[in-house]
Amino acid sequence: MSNFLNVAPTTLLVLAVLILTGIAYVSARSRAMSSAGGDARKLHSLPGYYGYNAAMLTAIPALFVLVIWMLLQPVLIQNAVIEMIPASAVSEGSSVNLVMSDVRRVADGLNGAVKSGALTADAAKALTAADDVRSVLAGTGVALGSDVTAEVLAAAQRYRGMQSTGQVLMTAVVSLIAIAGLLIALRATTKTFRARNMVERFVLSLLIVAASLAILTTVGIVFSMLFETINFFKLHPWQDFFLGSKWAPNFRGDSDLSILPLLWGTLYISIIALLVAVPIGLFAAIYLSEYANSKVRAVAKPLLEILAGIPTIVYGLFALLTVGPFLVNLFGRGEDGILGVDWMSGATSVLTAGLVMGIMLIPFVSSLSDDIINAVPQSLRDGSFGLGATHSETIRQVVLPAALPGIVGAILLAASRAIGETMIVVLGAGAIARISPNPLEAMTTITTRIVSQLTGDTDFASPETLVAFALGLTLFVLTLGLNVLALYIVRKYREQYE
Amino acid sequence: MTDMPNATPKNSLLRQDARTVKRNRAETRFKAYGIAAISVGLLMLVILLVTIIGRGTGAFQQTFLTLDVQLLEAKLDKKGNRDLQDIKKVSTFGYAPLMAAALEKKVAESAVESDLKPKEMAALLSKDAAAQLRDFVLENTDLIGTSVQFRFLTNSRVDGYMKGRVTRESIANDKNINAAQLDLVDALVKDGALEKRFNLAFITGADASDARPEAAGMGVSMIGSLFMMLVVLALALPIGVAASIYLEEFAPKNLITDIIEVNISNLAAVPSIVFGILGLAVFINYMHLPNSAPLVGGLVLTLMTLPTIIISTRASLKSVPPSIRDAALGVGASKMQSVFHHVLPLAAPGILTGTIIGLAQALGETAPLLLIGMVGFIASNPPDGIASGLMDPNSAMPAQIYEWAKRADPAFYERAWGGIIILLVFLVTMNAIAVMLRRRFERRW
Repeated sequence: MSNFLNVAPTTLLVLAVLILTGIAYVSARSRAMSSAGGDARKLHSLPGYYGYNAAMLTAIPALFVLVIWMLLQPVLIQNAVIEMIPASAVSEGSSVNLVMSDVRRVADGLNGAVKSGALTADAAKALTAADDVRSVLAGTGVALGSDVTAEVLAAAQRYRGMQSTGQVLMTAVVSLIAIAGLLIALRATTKTFRARNMVERFVLSLLIVAASLAILTTVGIVFSMLFETINFFKLHPWQDFFLGSKWAPNFRGDSDLSILPLLWGTLYISIIALLVAVPIGLFAAIYLSEYANSKVRAVAKPLLEILAGIPTIVYGLFALLTVGPFLVNLFGRGEDGILGVDWMSGATSVLTAGLVMGIMLIPFVSSLSDDIINAVPQSLRDGSFGLGATHSETIRQVVLPAALPGIVGAILLAASRAIGETMIVVLGAGAIARISPNPLEAMTTITTRIVSQLTGDTDFASPETLVAFALGLTLFVLTLGLNVLALYIVRKYREQYE
Repeated sequence: MTDMPNATPKNSLLRQDARTVKRNRAETRFKAYGIAAISVGLLMLVILLVTIIGRGTGAFQQTFLTLDVQLLEAKLDKKGNRDLQDIKKVSTFGYAPLMAAALEKKVAESAVESDLKPKEMAALLSKDAAAQLRDFVLENTDLIGTSVQFRFLTNSRVDGYMKGRVTRESIANDKNINAAQLDLVDALVKDGALEKRFNLAFITGADASDARPEAAGMGVSMIGSLFMMLVVLALALPIGVAASIYLEEFAPKNLITDIIEVNISNLAAVPSIVFGILGLAVFINYMHLPNSAPLVGGLVLTLMTLPTIIISTRASLKSVPPSIRDAALGVGASKMQSVFHHVLPLAAPGILTGTIIGLAQALGETAPLLLIGMVGFIASNPPDGIASGLMDPNSAMPAQIYEWAKRADPAFYERAWGGIIILLVFLVTMNAIAVMLRRRFERRW
């Protein structure tokens, strides 16, 4: 939050830098033109490039420093302030981080009060614990959970002081860098200066930065989950997580947090989904690529692919409100039901989620397998026909074996999709963690538990919240492994015919 | 005379032997499996669409009760000076008696007979009706003291009865409505005062609390989705195009670019919930961006959409023939100029198509939004500017649908299906635009 209360001066700073940038463009361009005596043909580059070069040198280093500063300042201030909080100020059942968030709120509240005019800047500085800070802040719309202690108030004042010093320093440094950039660029601008090469080198580095953002995302994913997972294993034994048999989070502590029941639910649902999707998808792909004429293909293929474009929340609702009740009618309700049996009690079950997920995966399997079957060289089929095989024999004994690695890859990709699917299982699979062979019972999955542990009030110091990161990391590793394996198989297969 | 030997030849082209018959049957069977598989797939699509439309269209209609209500000056504007501040002081409780009186009068005037108490009659109206009347009066203060015809929103049970969701059997244990009230509903329908009409408030309105499903709408969450899509478009398009240009046009073949490429194809397959965890840990927990803000949702969806956009942009860059690049280089353009002045404009339609499809994907995504807190509250106020649109807590269309699906009252399920129809209309429109762009501008070299 602290970043956003002082947005106004920062915005002004950014505006100032942008204005300088505009000045840089115009002045560098005209300087280049005048150095060539007004004849653009005597310049090394087109006149605009000199302008761009100057603009770039003005804006980029300054804005870069600004961003880094804004990212680092809160962390540095926090570390400095946290040392001020004595261990005695941390009450029983609390933590330094909680006290620190109090400090931040008091500081933000005081800033807000000064801004809105409820307090003068001097009055805010002069506040002591004897004044009723809590009621002062409540008047400005900042509600505090408890009274402000002297330590917290002192820390908050320090926090505010460092914040405003940081702000002033940042403004000075950033404007200096911008002006220095402008001057350097103007000095360099002569008719022989290779402005285009400079600009292009810079654009190229922008492109490289954009491309490496993908890597940054992956690193971000891994590290954000890894750190919290390590924190989790400090609080909770890893033996219980990987080898235990019970999932029973208890927010008063002492919970059983084992991944095995969740993994069982996840895999069970995925297997049912694949049992639905693979035969249907595969046969659809075979028919479309081997038998169907172009008209049927042009209609059926896009129609099937609509199934893949429907958002998963729709499937989730379909599972919860349509398929679930239908299955209950079929397998539950005793004498009133269609089959007259009473095996199913609620609409959410492994079968509900599995069936609906299977429908979702049909186009996934079919279009991937379709591509792969089409990639099998026609000469193989012709050879088989020449030996007198029927069409289906050719497909079963020649085309499918040739396409098998690719199809296995497609199925693995579908499996990774099924394992990571969230909305269908959140709505359709239920919330009870158990290891049971009965597909008509409600079970829960890794993704469902991540959602339930991380929504609502989260406390990043309790193993019950942190376990979600360990689950997330497991999920990431699992799906990544399947993907890499699938890509490897598909790639290896492709090399055979190219 | 030669006797024709009567024995059939061992093999004949005219008659199939048992083995051929078997093989041909296997052939027919195999083909039938294929047809069956496609039919099952298409059948599922049809069932899904029929379910959505069948269950969702109800949400676009709502039951209203038209009454002549006396806007008594003595109640609404005691000082009689039409001062807006004074009129605002009258809360919805001040309006409820006016509505009850209007309903009582209606029952007395028409041939409808009912021995219900006034309070029970007023229970037919929505808890939101008084607020709507109040808003109406605040906008038209000059109507105070007159009698106006106003269309009141009815209770969700009455609405359900009109739509067949609530029956006389199903209300046996329902505290909110009883059979006598339904009798009155029947009588009012016969009288013409109670009827189902198109409900614009469902498309434009805000979400409502658990007790008022009849007043809930998608409007505010649509704005939330719009802001998220703006963030995605503003970030994912430039970054995605820049990354693709580098990988396709400039990148040398080496280990690092190989790693980037493998990375991008893997990112495309990472489960969306993992991006939600990333968003929670980095944007909310580390950067302290506000919870539930469309800005955070947009950032998370940007990271998720980037691989899609990069993959499609690279494909359209690849389809521009090398001769274009060679010609540009031949007349003295630099490599960078050839790309930005010639290749990129030619690839633009393909890039745009890929971007729209990526946006459509992001629009329907729910899982990451759950983790950054875009559910579990009532998105009741539309944002009043760009900054508040980005930073204030809001919901998004799929998150709103999820929220309704989780609530206990079945009246919200109808809302959820209706929300899906709206969401699908957006998705179909976006995909149709993408297909049209492709048809219109696609160039075969």
